[in-house]
Amino acid sequence: MSKREADEVTGVETTGHEWDGIRELDNPLPRWWLYMFWAGVVVAIVYWVLMPAWPGARSYTQGILGQSDRADVAVALNDLKTVRGAQAARLKTASLEEIERDPELQAYAQAVGQSVFGDNCATCHGTGGVGAKGYANLRDDVWLWGGSLEDIHRTIEVGIRADHPQTRFSQMPAFGRDQMLSAVEISDLTEYVVALSGRPANAAAVRRAEPVYQAQCVACHGPAGVGDQKQGAPNLTDQEWLYGSTRADIHAQIWNGRAGVMPSWKNRFDPETLKALAVYIHANAGGQ
Amino acid sequence: MTVVIDRTRASAPKHEAGPVSAAARARKSADPGGGLYKPRAPIYPKLVHGRWRAIKWAVMIVTLAIYYITPWIRWDRPGVLPDQAVLVDFAGRRFYFFDIQLWPQEVHFITGLLVASALALFLVTALFGRLWCGYACPQTVWTDLFIYVERLFEGDRNARMRLDAAPWSLNKAWRKVGKHAVWLGIAFATGGAWIFYFHDAPSLLRDFWIGQGPVTGYVFCVLLTFTTYVFAGTMREQVCIYMCPWPRIQGAMLDTNSLQVTYRYDRGEPRGAHKKSAGWEGRGDCVDCNQCVTACPMGIDIRDGAQLECINCGLCIDACDEIMLKVERPIGLIAYDTDAAVEARAAGKPGVYRLIRSRTVFYAVALAIVGGLMAWGLSIRPTMDLHVLHDRNPVFVRLHDGAVRNGYTIKIANRTFQAQTYTVAFDGPAGAILKTPGDRGSRDILQVEVPANEVRAVRIFVTLPPDAISATNLAAAFVVATPGDEIRVKTTFLSGAANAP
Repeated sequence: MSKREADEVTGVETTGHEWDGIRELDNPLPRWWLYMFWAGVVVAIVYWVLMPAWPGARSYTQGILGQSDRADVAVALNDLKTVRGAQAARLKTASLEEIERDPELQAYAQAVGQSVFGDNCATCHGTGGVGAKGYANLRDDVWLWGGSLEDIHRTIEVGIRADHPQTRFSQMPAFGRDQMLSAVEISDLTEYVVALSGRPANAAAVRRAEPVYQAQCVACHGPAGVGDQKQGAPNLTDQEWLYGSTRADIHAQIWNGRAGVMPSWKNRFDPETLKALAVYIHANAGGQ
Repeated sequence: MTVVIDRTRASAPKHEAGPVSAAARARKSADPGGGLYKPRAPIYPKLVHGRWRAIKWAVMIVTLAIYYITPWIRWDRPGVLPDQAVLVDFAGRRFYFFDIQLWPQEVHFITGLLVASALALFLVTALFGRLWCGYACPQTVWTDLFIYVERLFEGDRNARMRLDAAPWSLNKAWRKVGKHAVWLGIAFATGGAWIFYFHDAPSLLRDFWIGQGPVTGYVFCVLLTFTTYVFAGTMREQVCIYMCPWPRIQGAMLDTNSLQVTYRYDRGEPRGAHKKSAGWEGRGDCVDCNQCVTACPMGIDIRDGAQLECINCGLCIDACDEIMLKVERPIGLIAYDTDAAVEARAAGKPGVYRLIRSRTVFYAVALAIVGGLMAWGLSIRPTMDLHVLHDRNPVFVRLHDGAVRNGYTIKIANRTFQAQTYTVAFDGPAGAILKTPGDRGSRDILQVEVPANEVRAVRIFVTLPPDAISATNLAAAFVVATPGDEIRVKTTFLSGAANAP
């Protein structure tokens, strides 16, 4: 066991432990280290008094400085409002056109719009705004409900098939699922729609589908198939397809009549943010 | 360096003064004494009069004047631009120097200035020794000023030594307190003047005193007050000996043909005390009065030859010349001289001075090249700059008719002091149409106005009709022009042709 004895060479006492014939000198801790240690202890005690430190059953020790990260965030957000005050106030009163024409206001709206888009819209429409199958591409010049600044603003405000009383609403019937048309008729209609967009199609099928299209589709998509933005009916003659451009995609859409939902953002955003978002989307879509 | 000093001189009574710099003393003594470090021995430099002292006063006044007055020089610039001749505007990200203004992208001019300064320092050092250290270095200038103040309160060398040795008394207390108070005052003025280089001086001066100044201003004022007080008041020569890298670097610049403060041992040795009646035959001119040692602000004995501590200030020359005049010997026993010349004379040959040497020629040529490049760079400095960034997401957008649109953000920097209107053109496949947010129309060429001295970012959408799309990647360029100037930056139009349905 341990036996304390003085080392012959240095005269310093050993700890008495011995490992393979090596004994450890029991030198005192370096002064500077000890001072740092006690200084650290003092700092810790002062810290407990000043800052939130110890957890309790229901609460925690608050510290006499009353420091709170939550309160700091609230103050910072308030400061942000003050900083943005002048610009935000102008955004509130300016019309959408005025915002777009004034370079300074336009830049501010773009910045606000970009961050709001990233937080709220990118989930479905993508960070670049190009959408995905079933989610509209907001960067091109094809719009279901209109691509003007006012139209975009309105769509964000009321949503599509949303819970807002004035929400934009359109319904593509599920011709196949609800057995409104036969499978053959739907196959023919698919060829007809392919032909509408200027692609080669089965001429016989197109001929057969003509009366069906006139009876079932014209009301919304129009006789030439160019759609109607007032009803949210898509243009079938262009090269943009919300649910895909292949025959299988088109067939599936006529059969099932899929329709997505876009929420109404009126209660989520204040009017300035709504305007900024509309300006941002409009500008990045090339501005119709 | 082969400095041979004859130490076989007869022992003679001498003043009780010796080199006190710890390093110098350690070199002199074979016994290093106990411990690795010695406490600093205080140095009491004696006031001297003479040519070099006069030059030092003059340089001190000029350099301090430059430092304190520069931020107050007004310089008329148009519009909202600051009217301060020399201003480092961190908030506005500009550096103004009279008619020159630099943007952060032009930091290479600052690098060039530093390189040129270093080369100038090398050249001067190779030619004339550490003139910078002895005359112009802020450490030397402020230390000199602080010693001047010390002398006002506590008297010259002997009085100061007596005062320090004396027990505390009212007399000692008020002198010490007064000295430190004035030191702190100077230090505060030094730190205070520094911050004027970074803000509009008159408005900052007002804001500073009513507590409305920027936090960084107060922080730097306090910091520099502290460093000035400590460096010039209490650390002095220790900054040069232990902290500054320059004394170490200078060894590579100096050679035996560099002019340095030199004790001409060929004339001075063998040294010894001299009686008025005695003659000068068979002995050197050095009367071993130690005046050169008492005058030295670095606490060294120049008669030991060139040494790291010597800042080449020449105060020992003035001190020695005074004595030489008194003992009626020619002045210049200590003088700006070269080791080579002294060595030659000691060997009985005439001293030769060679200013043109390979290293001085090299430094001069390098300095001329860097200076020339700087001047050339400033003369062709473009007044506009263009940066093009292609959108990354989406890289392209296909429109309803098969046309493809690419989005770009271009940044136009207007480095002039007037607002400018730039034309922006897209030089790529024919039929490209440009559009920018806020502008309902589409055009071939856009007009962009950029305020004076600012950068404007512009979003530009370029649309190519389907028949113009011949490849996935199409080479293109943005051309931004004013009536007299034009910049072209290459970019790519991505059509996504390979992904077409």
